[in-house]
Amino acid sequence: MWSLIRTLWEVFRHAFRRRATYQYPEEKRPLPARARGRIILSRDPDGGERCVACYLCAVACPVGCISLEATEDEHGRRYPEHFRINFSRCIFCGFCEDACPTCAIQLVPDYEMSEYKRPGMVYEKEHLLIRGEGKYPGYNFYRIAGVDFETRGKGTSENERAPSDVHSLMP
Amino acid sequence: MNETARNLVIVFGVLICLMSLAGMLIWVERRMLSLWQDRLGPNRVGPMGLLQLVADMIKIFSKEDWVPPFADKAVFVIAPAAIMVATLASFAVVPFAPGVAVCNMNIGLLFFLGMSSMAVYGAALAGWSSNNKYALLGSMRAVGQMVSYEVFMGLSLMGVVVQAGSFGLADIVEAQRATWFCVPQFAGLVIFLVAGLAEVRRTPFDLPEAENELVAGYHTEYSGLKFAMFFLGEYVGVTLISCLIVTLFLGGWLGPVLPPIVWFILKTLVVIVLFILVRGSLARPRYDQLMGFGWKVMLPLALANLMVTAAVVIACG
Repeated sequence: MWSLIRTLWEVFRHAFRRRATYQYPEEKRPLPARARGRIILSRDPDGGERCVACYLCAVACPVGCISLEATEDEHGRRYPEHFRINFSRCIFCGFCEDACPTCAIQLVPDYEMSEYKRPGMVYEKEHLLIRGEGKYPGYNFYRIAGVDFETRGKGTSENERAPSDVHSLMP
Repeated sequence: MNETARNLVIVFGVLICLMSLAGMLIWVERRMLSLWQDRLGPNRVGPMGLLQLVADMIKIFSKEDWVPPFADKAVFVIAPAAIMVATLASFAVVPFAPGVAVCNMNIGLLFFLGMSSMAVYGAALAGWSSNNKYALLGSMRAVGQMVSYEVFMGLSLMGVVVQAGSFGLADIVEAQRATWFCVPQFAGLVIFLVAGLAEVRRTPFDLPEAENELVAGYHTEYSGLKFAMFFLGEYVGVTLISCLIVTLFLGGWLGPVLPPIVWFILKTLVVIVLFILVRGSLARPRYDQLMGFGWKVMLPLALANLMVTAAVVIACG
C-alpha cells in the first residue's frame, strides 16, 4: 500500500521536470556530425570532384539504390557521367561512405527530404554534388595515390620521400 | 410553472455541462498524463491544443457506422447506450449546490448504487453481442470485476450513512458542516476510491479494456460514434465517481468564501486529476490478483470499517 502512495508521489514530482519533447519543426534535435542522413558527393580542396566512378559504392549498397556510369575527361581523369541515388530505396546505412576510397560520397545529418511524388525521390548528380569538402576537409586522393594528373611531382605526395639521385655517390 | 422551468434548466444544464466536461476531459487527460510522463501532450491544434477535442469529434463523426455482420445487431447498438444512460441517470441525485439537484431523493445513495449495477449490463452486452472471443473475454472480466467490487462499494458507503443518519445526498452534505467525512471515514474513502476505479473500469482496473492485451477488450468491434460513446462514457463515469467522492467525503459544496457551485467544481476537478494521476502511475494487476484483492482484502476492510463506525456511533450516543 505504501509503495502505491510512493509511486503516486514520485510520478507527481515529474510534473515539475523539464519535458523531453523537441517541438519539431521549431526546435530540431541536435545530431552529431557522423549521423547518417542525406547523401552528398563532395569536392576536393582544389575544386575538382572527388568521385572517380570506381563503382565501389554501388557494389557495397545492400539495396542497390546507386546507379552511375564512368567516363574520362580530356586529361584522362575518371569521373561519373551520371550518378543517381534512389532515396526511396536508400536505407541510410553508410556502407557507401565506408567503401569510398576517395571520401567522395558522404552522409550528412540532414533528414528533411520529403516529396509528394515518388520520382522526386531520385536524386541526380546535380542534386548530390556540393561545392565544399563535406566531413573530410583537406583530403585530395590524387595527392596521395592514383594516376598523376600533374597533381604531384615525384616524391611530393604525403608519406613519400624525395627520389634519391642514382648517378651520384652521395647518400 | 416557475418550478418546472427551474427543474428543466437544471436538467439540461447538468446534461450539457456533463457532456462538455466529458469532452474536455479528453484534452485534460492527455495533457495531464503527458505532464507526468515528461512529454508534451497535444499542443498544435488550437491554443495549447484545446481544439484537439473538435478534431477528434470531426474524425469520429465522419467514420463509417459499421455493425459487424456476425454480431447481434440490436444488442450491439444498445450496449453503449446502456452504459451511457446508467451513468448519466446517476447524476440525477448529485447535489451541486444547496437546493440544486435534478431530483432530491431521500434515498439518493441507494439509487446511485442501483444505477451503477445497471452499468454492468452495458459492458456485458457489448462483449456478448460482438460475437468475438476477445471481446467476450473482456466483457466477462468486466462483469466479474464490476459485480465483485460493487459489493464493498456499497458497504464502504454505509459508514457515511451511519454517520450522517440518512441516505439522501443533500442530507449527507449538510452533515459535513462540522468536519468533512474524509477525516473520520478515511478508510471508507480509500475503499470507495478503489471500488469506484473498478466500477468505471479505469486503470489500474482496466483489464476489460486491456489496451495491451485483449486488442481493446469488450469494445474491440466498435468504431465511430459507438466507440465514442464508450470513450465518453468512461469519462462520464470518472466524473460521476469524482462528484460522489466530493459529495460523500469531501464536503460537497461546503466552503468558506466562494459560491458553493465553485467549490463543488474545484473539488471535483481535484479528484479527477487524482484519477488521472493514478492512471499514469499504477501497474495493472493480473485478473486473479484483482479478484483476490477485492474479495479477500477490500471486503473484510469494508465490513470492519462499518462495524467500527457503527460501534463508535452507538457508543457516543
